[in-house]
Amino acid sequence: MDKVGVITSFIHNIVLLNIPLLYGTVGEIVVEKSGSLNLGVEGTMAVGAIFGYICGCFADSMVVGILTAFIAGALFGLLFAALTVSLQANQNITGLTLTTFGLGIYFFVGNGLRASGNWPTISESLKDGFSDISIPLLSDIPIIGNGLFSHNVLVYLGIAIAIFMWWYLKHTKFGLRLRAIGENPAAADSVGINVKRSKYLHICLGCGIMGIGGYYMGLNMSGSFNASCWINGYGWIAVALVIFANWSPSVAIIGTFVFGFFNTLRVAGGSLALAFPDFLGWLADVPTQLYQALPFIITAIVLVVTSIKNKRGRSGLPAALGLNYFREER
Amino acid sequence: MKKFIALFLAALMLVSFAACDSSDDAKADFKVGAIYINSKNDTAGYTFAHHSGITEAMEQLGLDVEKQLFIVDEVPEDKERVLAAIDTLVGQGVDIIFGISFGYIDAMEEAATKYPDVIFSHGTGYKSNETNFNNYFGRAYQARYLSGIAAGLKSLETGNNNVGYVAAYGTEYAETASGINGFALGVQAVNPDAKVYVKKLGAWADEVNESAFAKELINSFGCGIIAQHCDSAQPQIAAQGANVFGCGYNSDMTPDAPKAHLTAAIWNWDVYYKTAMETAMGCEASEFVTKMGTPAYYGGLKENFVDVSPLSENCVAGTEDAIKKVRELIVKGEWDVFSGVKLSVTVADGVATVTKADADLKDNAGNVIVAAGGASVEDGVITGTMNYYVAGVQEA
Repeated sequence: MDKVGVITSFIHNIVLLNIPLLYGTVGEIVVEKSGSLNLGVEGTMAVGAIFGYICGCFADSMVVGILTAFIAGALFGLLFAALTVSLQANQNITGLTLTTFGLGIYFFVGNGLRASGNWPTISESLKDGFSDISIPLLSDIPIIGNGLFSHNVLVYLGIAIAIFMWWYLKHTKFGLRLRAIGENPAAADSVGINVKRSKYLHICLGCGIMGIGGYYMGLNMSGSFNASCWINGYGWIAVALVIFANWSPSVAIIGTFVFGFFNTLRVAGGSLALAFPDFLGWLADVPTQLYQALPFIITAIVLVVTSIKNKRGRSGLPAALGLNYFREER
Repeated sequence: MKKFIALFLAALMLVSFAACDSSDDAKADFKVGAIYINSKNDTAGYTFAHHSGITEAMEQLGLDVEKQLFIVDEVPEDKERVLAAIDTLVGQGVDIIFGISFGYIDAMEEAATKYPDVIFSHGTGYKSNETNFNNYFGRAYQARYLSGIAAGLKSLETGNNNVGYVAAYGTEYAETASGINGFALGVQAVNPDAKVYVKKLGAWADEVNESAFAKELINSFGCGIIAQHCDSAQPQIAAQGANVFGCGYNSDMTPDAPKAHLTAAIWNWDVYYKTAMETAMGCEASEFVTKMGTPAYYGGLKENFVDVSPLSENCVAGTEDAIKKVRELIVKGEWDVFSGVKLSVTVADGVATVTKADADLKDNAGNVIVAAGGASVEDGVITGTMNYYVAGVQEA
């Protein structure tokens, strides 16, 4: 058993299998910072996944795929914005509805294409585009180098988006205005910030980012369309990760990997047990069912811990989250 | 008004009875119902295999698939959902209902009592009654053994003794355990040093992890061949991506992974479906189980119910001959997989030699399951209680 190889592969998988969570989480943070709680992450990712995958394959270009996934997600976000910002619909219910609707679109389009025999497959060049790119020097570091610094382009894009959104929210005029809207839309409105426009823009932006995360899942599954959705519950975990990250896109990167660690134990538990029988041997005796439940158990624990922590210190929770802003009620 | 309605209903009943009477021409009015776990439009996997089997059987019998087959697909293993699907099919007037997934078992048992005029036939299950409810399954382990021979020969050629196996479950179900054991014994018949690493999904279908598990077996366990007992072709796609080889399951997966796939253990479900439909057309629902001869149909290589898919060009020369010779032994009833006789298969210049030798069949803890020279493990154990791995198999 190649001990170093097992650890490297474990680290590699933590990144590879969990980056879609980062897209979902960062997207949801942007949406929530505007004071809107969108529970439709799962559905938005599914919509981004199916349209991104199909258009990317037909155009045989990953750029087209990413753009389509972003646009599809953003349009889905536009629907959410229209319902909750303009029509003042309940945000929780609208979000849940959009999850069902998004998954419905996913299966409707996917099954329809397959039944007609036009289901697109990934070309070799697209597959190459999704293969690992090693960062020079960094990827030569023993053990962690290959695990952390040799990944496909969408992994780097996801981390870049997270860092960019952190900078945008924290250090730009627009970010400050957005945070003001999330805290107190009436006050923001009174100093001349266009609340409606900003909400629309950022809901669409956030949902577009989620869409790219869905596209990632489709590519990672090699586009094999079956009865289970590619998103596989990741959208729900992303909603919880937002709280874990305390509404900060940079902490979301850490959150994704902490969470990914437990999520990936299911894949790597057996290998770790065999490679290090002395102190990790017990991993082999853990029932598969516990591994399956682990991500959700961790989610529950994380929610409890962070809500206790947030009570004591400063929380990033936007004060007006989930409340619709109705100008005439000011 | 009441009288009028009563009269109308009575007339309606008369008409519908008349319709029943005229259905003596069994073939033209025979309606087949099917409940699938996945989509009928699938292009690979479990549901695809059954759907192909049912449609092929109907074509062989001269039935019209468009008009005489009724399907409710994507039905999860949830009793209420299955019962609703059954109600739908009975409402459409089907004569026989095939339920293909294990978890349909309780719903089908209940419905068999509720609708005594309809035949219920349950795949992979173990429940039945004496009249209109049977179950069917096959000796997949025999086909697995043959695919194991192909894998074993490939492992000798590549010099890599590590074989991976992505399984839905392990020893929890006799279905998966017997498949893993059959495959492992086949590999060992060719390459006694081979080790089979089993990685369990804990679900019958979980594409995300089917792919991840196969990659883990290749990267961390150094496996050069990936076999599988799960629905999608993800393990074979992963094997191709890593330039190793694989044995699929349920359907020929060579089109999914042309550079990696050797051969798949497959089911010829049409063999059973044809038998069942023929029997059903010639009898009342209540006589079905009697006419079938058994409430539990259990066919194997002999009946051509299970088989291996056509060997791909990735297979080693002589694989064809080795499989042919072992198949003959099984078909003639001279030997079976889980017995106290071990086969040893060697290939030289494309010609295979198969020799028999008495040897204990041991589990991976060293317990003797069948003593040297002993008869095969009973069918009831293979389908119901096999909860061990044979020697050389290890969970990963």
